[in-house]
Amino acid sequence: MSVIIAVAGNPNSGKTTLFNALTGSNQYVGNWPGVTVEKKEGILIGHPDVVLVDLPGIYSLSTNSLEEEIARDYLLESNPDAIINIVDGTSLERNLYLTTQLAELGIPMVLAINMMDEVEKSGTRIDSTALGEAFGLPVVKISALRETQIDELAGAAMEVAQKNRRLLSVHRFSGGVEHALGHIEEVALHEQPEHKQRWYAVKLFERNELVEAELGLSAELKAHIEQDIWQCELEYDDDSDSIIASERYGFIENVLEKVTVRKKAGELSPSDRIDRVVTNRWLALPIFALVMFVVYYVSVNTVGATMTRWTNDKLFGEIILPAVSGKLVDWGVANWLQGLLVDGILAGVGSVLSFLPQMVVLFLFLGLLEFSGYMSRVTFILDRMFRKFGLSGKSFIPMLIGSGCSVPAILAARTIENESARRMTVITTSFIPCSAKLPVISMIAGAFFGGKGWVAFGAYFLGIAAVVISGLILKKTALFQGEPSPFVMELPAYRCPSLKCIFRTTWDRVSSFVKKATSVILLAAIVIWFLTFFGWVEGRFQMLEAGQINHSILAAIGTSIAWVFKPLGWGEWRPVMAALNGLVAKETVVSSFGIFYGFSEVAAGGQEMWMSLRAAFSPLSATSFLIFVLLSAPCIAAISSIRREMNSVMWTLFAVGYMTAFGYIAALMVYQLGTWLQGGVFTLWTGITLAVTGVVLWLIFRPSPQADGRLKRARAGSRG
Amino acid sequence: MKTLRDVRVGESARVVKVHGQGRIRRRVMDMGITKNVEIFVRKVAPLGDPIEVNLRGYELSLRKIDAEIIEVE
Repeated sequence: MSVIIAVAGNPNSGKTTLFNALTGSNQYVGNWPGVTVEKKEGILIGHPDVVLVDLPGIYSLSTNSLEEEIARDYLLESNPDAIINIVDGTSLERNLYLTTQLAELGIPMVLAINMMDEVEKSGTRIDSTALGEAFGLPVVKISALRETQIDELAGAAMEVAQKNRRLLSVHRFSGGVEHALGHIEEVALHEQPEHKQRWYAVKLFERNELVEAELGLSAELKAHIEQDIWQCELEYDDDSDSIIASERYGFIENVLEKVTVRKKAGELSPSDRIDRVVTNRWLALPIFALVMFVVYYVSVNTVGATMTRWTNDKLFGEIILPAVSGKLVDWGVANWLQGLLVDGILAGVGSVLSFLPQMVVLFLFLGLLEFSGYMSRVTFILDRMFRKFGLSGKSFIPMLIGSGCSVPAILAARTIENESARRMTVITTSFIPCSAKLPVISMIAGAFFGGKGWVAFGAYFLGIAAVVISGLILKKTALFQGEPSPFVMELPAYRCPSLKCIFRTTWDRVSSFVKKATSVILLAAIVIWFLTFFGWVEGRFQMLEAGQINHSILAAIGTSIAWVFKPLGWGEWRPVMAALNGLVAKETVVSSFGIFYGFSEVAAGGQEMWMSLRAAFSPLSATSFLIFVLLSAPCIAAISSIRREMNSVMWTLFAVGYMTAFGYIAALMVYQLGTWLQGGVFTLWTGITLAVTGVVLWLIFRPSPQADGRLKRARAGSRG
Repeated sequence: MKTLRDVRVGESARVVKVHGQGRIRRRVMDMGITKNVEIFVRKVAPLGDPIEVNLRGYELSLRKIDAEIIEVE
């Protein structure tokens, strides 16, 4: 029979590093059901029958956050055979708070004090035997980073798991509270198993409604218990939940006084000294800008771009494609199959692989920023600016990366703790023009606006405006309502991150994306290829030859849906299908026009077909087209990363639908109002557009029910 | 009532009571802001909010509006 051991601990306690050290490469990364929180499982090295479950990093079991809920539900419902509770030895007081809660669950547990190397360097001594006695737990001092005492820890965990003796917590609170708890156990819990009584008693004392319901207490019993609680509250002059929190910390303070010897107090740690500069009132923003510049410059501009170009032009363009085409011709493969393999499948795979190098470099940087502790400072520095739009300070990073490629940008949103801010970031990130949208921008700028730089500038401005407006609109909708997650965040000490950990995380993130995205993109590439190169010529279905593009299925579909885009000023099948082809990859908008207008080769900016474009568009309708391409649904790769991060089809559909609607309305407003203001007639569509504009403005400026509620609560709280 | 928001940068205060309700109150207590604990206000973020405080041997940041529920002396 297999043994299941859960690894629990505070965020930044080195939990991931420990998990990696214990499991090596035997890991399975997924999501907890229905949510966007990552779930990791792994096999203990050398013990194929021992499964480790990495719980989300949490400070408490009191369901403040999604992570806490997941961890609590898992521990209570799945009943693992043992828990390894990892605590940061440099910050024992807060870390042990969770330990007091975990020890009440009755599950066999081992305490791992991590970062012992740092603790010893600072001159602090911890008497682990005495600490273990105080908590009734075996204690192992480890360094997850240096992998010291890891085997001992695994051994201790397996031992308690195999003994399978339910854990009875031994930590006790002060007299009055113990009296009340004892009384609650006596009157309400004597039928419960002994190892569960303490947990229930504390929860009942805290007036936890879920536990009250679970136990099915009678009204009479509840009233009886209420007496005990009330008396205790009177005695301590405090609320019951606050009493418990104080008592837990009080217990820990007492124990630590006895078991730790600190060398010097009050001296600034190296981490504090770094922070004096990094989050300094005047230096913080310039330093942040510098860090972001380096990340952006290296990953998007230099290394990333060079590698991407190399994969695209050299690896695919000069090596793989010619080799494959040559072979196919040699083997005498049918024409249509050649087309499918080269233009469909290879082009599809190529489009995934081409942004892989950028993604890897970006994730290495992100890992470095996360594991070193800088990421939390980013939130600290930018929170004020971003929370107005329902985003997190960390949303800046996905937005910045998004100007390179939306795919890694969306995946980077994972570092945002608050689920609603994370969703908001995922939805709005691809509004920022990615590098694949640049050819489209330069095509329109070149053909209609003399290639002026302000068009590109305007595109970025439009992207940022779209993010801000969406934030203002969405945060007031029911989807992003509910009690706001508290922003009470630890600023962990700076640490030199483990390279192994960074590589591991990068690998997990990149590979899980590739697996999911490749199949989707392949399918899309094949479908588009088929639609473009097949059609009816004189009543016969066949593969099309050059110049027959008007007969393609694509043209047929485009013609039938073109009316939808008529109000935007470009209701003809070519621009419609070019925009739609952008779903495969945005730069294909340019090459699609090339195919549709019958050019065999087009440069990146599409110079050859400026004349054809000028015939098809007015400057105003071209602007409306560009706006739609920039803001509407992103490419399939980005959509599939949205799906990956949201872990929900509904949210993915919402995101794509929202962006498309946003792009459509923005383009509509520009075209219709532009036509009217340029002296056009006031048509039905002008009226509709004005009405839509009114609705949008109302959505932006209506008062937020959430902010009101929160203010009221805060005021009520300060009165109480 | 004096709250954590009123404590000036570089000064310390002792917690009297945590007011407020729901998740925010719970989270504040879980992070160690409980009766009688000493909190040192280290700095204010460059944009004026949130603040960074030191307590129980670690650094914590919280928004000013949330600091208002923490009564100190």
